[in-house]
Amino acid sequence: MKKIMINECKVRFRAISRNESFSRSTAAAFAMQCDPTASEIAEIKTAVSEAVTNAIVHGYRDSAGDVEMIMRLYEDSTLYIQIRDRGAGIGDVHAAMQPMFTTAPADEERSGLGFTVMESFMDKVRVRSAEGRGTTVTLEKKIGGKSGAR
Amino acid sequence: MLKIYNDGNRITAAISGDLDHHAAREIRTELDDIIARSRPELLILDLGEVGFMDSSGIGLILGRSRSVKAAGGELLIKNARREIAEVIRISGLGSLIAMQNVG
Repeated sequence: MKKIMINECKVRFRAISRNESFSRSTAAAFAMQCDPTASEIAEIKTAVSEAVTNAIVHGYRDSAGDVEMIMRLYEDSTLYIQIRDRGAGIGDVHAAMQPMFTTAPADEERSGLGFTVMESFMDKVRVRSAEGRGTTVTLEKKIGGKSGAR
Repeated sequence: MLKIYNDGNRITAAISGDLDHHAAREIRTELDDIIARSRPELLILDLGEVGFMDSSGIGLILGRSRSVKAAGGELLIKNARREIAEVIRISGLGSLIAMQNVG
């Protein structure tokens, strides 16, 4: 059965660290439409923050650019958030998604737990990447879904 | 934002606001400065006023744990609201760092 989309919103912002808070507040505002719990909002904000920070720290490590965030909400309260950069890309996506994996320089102090956090807080996390072309992370979560703590 | 309470051997650093990658860089510099200058026996990171934290906060905590230990002291994490305690739980930090009133 084809899912019915209720809303779609695209935003594009500069890939600089002060916009990390902008991105997660924007995602939270969009998600409010499906009446999430406070915990669900916190989970969405944290997952978005991880994906956007990756785009800024890794995608655009040696270049400047924009991050594009596409948010979609379906009638069954499934929320999709796609975070895309056109930066460096990831050579080995599987390795990059392992806990504690990081290629960031030591002085950046990345814990390598970004994907672990995204996977813990969302129902599905998909990553598409091509070296030199960029990375797209798609986060999916059914609001009022598995936790049932409403 | 960072407020420091220094009573000799024990320093409490109360962090407030969002603890993300952007904020962590500034807080890290300030904390490392204090650790290097005061070499506290105990550094308490009070997260009671932190409204948001992602894995950048985990990196910050782990890094400060190392620098305070290198200066001969210990780190204690105090007061974290539920959402932040959840990020700490996922990270497995609980087995590495002392915590009080977290979650």
